[in-house]
Amino acid sequence: MNQPEENVWNGLFWMTQLFVCVNAVAKSFLQESPGRMLYFYTIAGARDFILAKLIFNAVLMVVMSLVSLLLFQLLMGNPLQHPLKFVGYACLGGCSLSLVFTFLAAIAARARQGAALMAIMGFPLIIPQVLLLMRMSNTAFADVIQGSLLQIILLLVALDILVMVLAVILFPFLWKD
Amino acid sequence: MRRSWWKILSIVLLLYCFIGGLFVPLPYQIAYQDSNLYESMRNFFFHVPMWFSQLAMITVSLVYSIKYLGKPTIQSDIYAAEFARTGTVLGCLGLVTGAIWANYTWGTYWNNDPKQIGAAIALLIYVAYFVLRNSMTDIDKRGRVAAVYNIFAYFIYIPMIMILPRLTESLHPGGKGSEGNPGLGGSSLDPAMRAVFWPGVLGWILLATWITTLLLRVRLLEEKKLSR
Repeated sequence: MNQPEENVWNGLFWMTQLFVCVNAVAKSFLQESPGRMLYFYTIAGARDFILAKLIFNAVLMVVMSLVSLLLFQLLMGNPLQHPLKFVGYACLGGCSLSLVFTFLAAIAARARQGAALMAIMGFPLIIPQVLLLMRMSNTAFADVIQGSLLQIILLLVALDILVMVLAVILFPFLWKD
Repeated sequence: MRRSWWKILSIVLLLYCFIGGLFVPLPYQIAYQDSNLYESMRNFFFHVPMWFSQLAMITVSLVYSIKYLGKPTIQSDIYAAEFARTGTVLGCLGLVTGAIWANYTWGTYWNNDPKQIGAAIALLIYVAYFVLRNSMTDIDKRGRVAAVYNIFAYFIYIPMIMILPRLTESLHPGGKGSEGNPGLGGSSLDPAMRAVFWPGVLGWILLATWITTLLLRVRLLEEKKLSR
């Protein structure tokens, strides 16, 4: 009755994920004081540091995705036909979003600007991924035949790997004080 | 930068492309029979070369950003920023010419076509690049952070623009519903059009480089004055 229909549910879910990601990831970098960053610099290499941040934020984001999926189902009804598939998509999506935003948070932290700059930089880069994610998760609602589903999943995974590799290569340059 | 042979070449090529573009006979089947393009297909000689030269400018900006990370000199930073600036302007032009073309052939100015969205994203990425640059006052930090963002954004953007339109249904040629290379209209380009098109691409790239060198000369002079 008052529950949104599938497309709206899907769109709302991914928009919420976007905001959750921006806020969750922003805190991880932007609340570190310079003193603590210096301490990390002395005890760990740049590569290890950024890998640790990437993995931690990915796990955090996956947890957040599951929590928000639960809340969505509670508050907005459950139009999912294939819930397990959607859980998988939510995890993959959360992971992808968090990887991009983690690195952008590192850039914004270096620029000593707030989460606003991170959102400005992140928004264009994340639009293609969100579009792909929405397309992919539509298959969990009805038995829509999405011809290139495997391609989309592979593309998302490849993008994640690309972002991780770029972050690991570029972070040492950001790290130098 | 001050030599004039390539600037004259660029003007000649552009004049050739403009005049040729308006006079060359269009391939009958593609332009008149199979689609509603008719004479608007001539926009092909304007819209697509602008895109090619935007890609060229952005790639050069990337090269200078990588150079900056290897050896941080203020020149590399200025070069990267100015090439990105020209690339952004060309991107705006490409988007506008594409929108005008779309209004006549696809119905509306904005169709949520993947390539259009990709183009808008490119613009937003480079606007964010300039916002990032302006948010920092320390020159070294600005150069380094901006270079890192430039490289990161480029390597995410280029796969997107190359792969996405081919994967999904797209109004542009080369998307799911049609065949051929998304850049070149159909399975192969008509030879008469090809003869006008490629020189036009070169002409636009040279023009964009010329504009950039002018911007560069101003900035480098400013920099020299500041550092004295």
